[in-house]
Amino acid sequence: MQGTILSRIGWLLVAVLGAAAVGGVALNRGESINALWFIAAAVCVYALAYRFYSAWIAAKVLMLDETRATPAERLDNGRDFVPTNKWVVFGHHFAAIAGPGPLIGPTLAAQFGYLPGTLWILTGAVLGGCVQDMTILFFSTRRNGRSLGQMARDELGPVGGMAALVGTLMIMVILIAVLGLVVVNAMKHSPWATSTVAATIPIAVLVGLYMRNIRPGRVLEGSLLGLALLLLAVAGGGWIDHNETLRPLFDHEGLTLAWLVIGYGFLAAILPVWLLLAPRDYLSTFMKLGTILLLAIAIVVLRPEIRMPALTPFIDGSGPIFGGTLFPFVFITIACGAVSGFHALISSGTTPKLLANERDIRMIGYGGMVLESFVAIMAMIAATVLDPGVFFAINSPAGVVGKEAAEAVAKISSWGFPVTVEQMETLARQMGETTLFARTGGAPSLAVGMASIFGSAFGQGWLSIWYHFAIMFEAVFILTTLDAGTRVGRFMLQDFLGNFSPRLGRTSWYPSVLLTSGMVVAAWGYFLYIGVIDPQGGVNILWPLFGISNQMLAAIALSVATGILVKSGRLKYAWVTGVPLAWLAIITTTASWEKIMSADVRVGFFAAADSMAAKLASGALPPEKAAVAPQLIFNLHLDAWLTLFFVAVLWLIIFDMLRVCTRHLQGKRVAALSESPHEPSRLVEDWVRD
Amino acid sequence: MANRLWRFIRRLSGDDAYERYIAHHAAAHPEESPLSRKAFFKQELERKWAGVRRCC
Repeated sequence: MQGTILSRIGWLLVAVLGAAAVGGVALNRGESINALWFIAAAVCVYALAYRFYSAWIAAKVLMLDETRATPAERLDNGRDFVPTNKWVVFGHHFAAIAGPGPLIGPTLAAQFGYLPGTLWILTGAVLGGCVQDMTILFFSTRRNGRSLGQMARDELGPVGGMAALVGTLMIMVILIAVLGLVVVNAMKHSPWATSTVAATIPIAVLVGLYMRNIRPGRVLEGSLLGLALLLLAVAGGGWIDHNETLRPLFDHEGLTLAWLVIGYGFLAAILPVWLLLAPRDYLSTFMKLGTILLLAIAIVVLRPEIRMPALTPFIDGSGPIFGGTLFPFVFITIACGAVSGFHALISSGTTPKLLANERDIRMIGYGGMVLESFVAIMAMIAATVLDPGVFFAINSPAGVVGKEAAEAVAKISSWGFPVTVEQMETLARQMGETTLFARTGGAPSLAVGMASIFGSAFGQGWLSIWYHFAIMFEAVFILTTLDAGTRVGRFMLQDFLGNFSPRLGRTSWYPSVLLTSGMVVAAWGYFLYIGVIDPQGGVNILWPLFGISNQMLAAIALSVATGILVKSGRLKYAWVTGVPLAWLAIITTTASWEKIMSADVRVGFFAAADSMAAKLASGALPPEKAAVAPQLIFNLHLDAWLTLFFVAVLWLIIFDMLRVCTRHLQGKRVAALSESPHEPSRLVEDWVRD
Repeated sequence: MANRLWRFIRRLSGDDAYERYIAHHAAAHPEESPLSRKAFFKQELERKWAGVRRCC
């Protein structure tokens, strides 16, 4: 009894502290606010949501059954189905869901100020993203680890299944293109960054050969060797940067780098996995976990001041990084970290096959997303500790603020964010770069933010090393996502083409491998190419498109979950997934509507295309812009149709879900629940009997 | 304690995958001879990377 009273008092304190911290973050309008408030607000919100909301979902909505055997137990084959310790599963699940998304989205959304993004990351995660991950993990576990697409087909029907499949393929293409663009913008005319990123390829191959031939399967040895080499490559990049003969070899235009990334993506998709993809992934996973931990420690040790105001004037839609008003675009810009539909692909299919007991679903599904959301909060901190003037100078594309440094700083200062050419030059020199202007995409400003945090926490002298370490860290796992995504896209395409020609469907038939890999690479390569030649920076087009597609996938996942809840007689709890679904439908539809219909050329695709066509016809464009204008116009039309397609798929699946639910509630026949029958767990028998 | 941590790290990274496979194989199919360490590692990687393993 005393224990419960103490625990109640404890949770009350957490609630009070959390309310104070959230209030402090939300209401502060002073000069600056300490990052520790963000951490306190986040930790309290997560703790309360995890302790109470996720426990309630687990007990009442999903009714987790500890005595029921999981697929891992029933189908244990020592390979993909293996009952596994929950912390190990948690590690695998988190490593799989946390990619570059939660680092980039918050950085871009910081153009609205720190407040909107932070509030959305917190509420979106605990009420939307975590719920999605947890429910999908549960439903897939009850269905022998079936994938989201299969569940959509079984529970809703062929339409839902097809939508999930096509949606996944499309989102993959957009995702890889935008990530490729982020890497290209970080490497553009930066011999240090380019050589370091380039060095990760031979290092991965070396590690691959080590793990395959020299010491087969010794994952830890190989990874440690690779990590040491990666750190050497960061330092070596600095040496190359100062070497007159080697420097020009790594100093390239964005377009050249884009072609190199495209070529690399193709190679990575057709080479055996053990040679490049798998070893790169081991390195990137260790690097990711290590750096995130380091960043968390550094923020707590250093307690930096946030310099960005709570809200900027750009909430009216005039922002330089991407056009569009606060609503709905902050919710589209931050997908990963708040709600990410992509997680549903990991939560179904892979992770459920490892669960030893259903009760672990709460910690892995809900808790895993809580941790990813925390990563997004840290990215927000790293972006907003920068001087706002510096932040905008790094992230504003040349097409918006002008190509010349003096022009750009004058423009940015005129917005009320003072910055000088000297300040930017000093910063660039400290970071070991020639310029930091117009490095749109989030990675470089995040790297500057991380470098200044690490620099203050662990020694100022190493700023340039920290900067390039951060760039390498982001590039390594962006490239892993690029490799892995291209490969998955290839498999999906082969699976699809196999319906028409069985030979094309064979994953080992080399002509088919080349053809389908080429098709996937061409698809994302096209968007990457357009993004690079676009003077507005490309990110302003691609990132919202990615956000819309990712939220669409989340809506598919939540539709499947809501449908299953209703069909299994839990209508009164359907709001748990239904409310986030409705919210996603609202923001995705509003954003799509604006992207298609808006008359603002910085928002509407058709408006931008028309304006560019008019300028081209009147000869108002300078020759270098006129040369690429027809391609950009075509692309703007394509993007508009693509957006329309996404929103059509979104509503198709929502209506399909509503149709199934209505039929079920009217007592008409619907596809039966595909849940596998109950079997008692033998793993828990012993303690159940006690 | 250090021993448990080490076992956990090996398990988490997949460093002990082959040992687990051998144990599982001996229990489940004692009549067949197991794969070599090298062949097992290659097959595992191919299986692992045939699906969605990494997110955005």
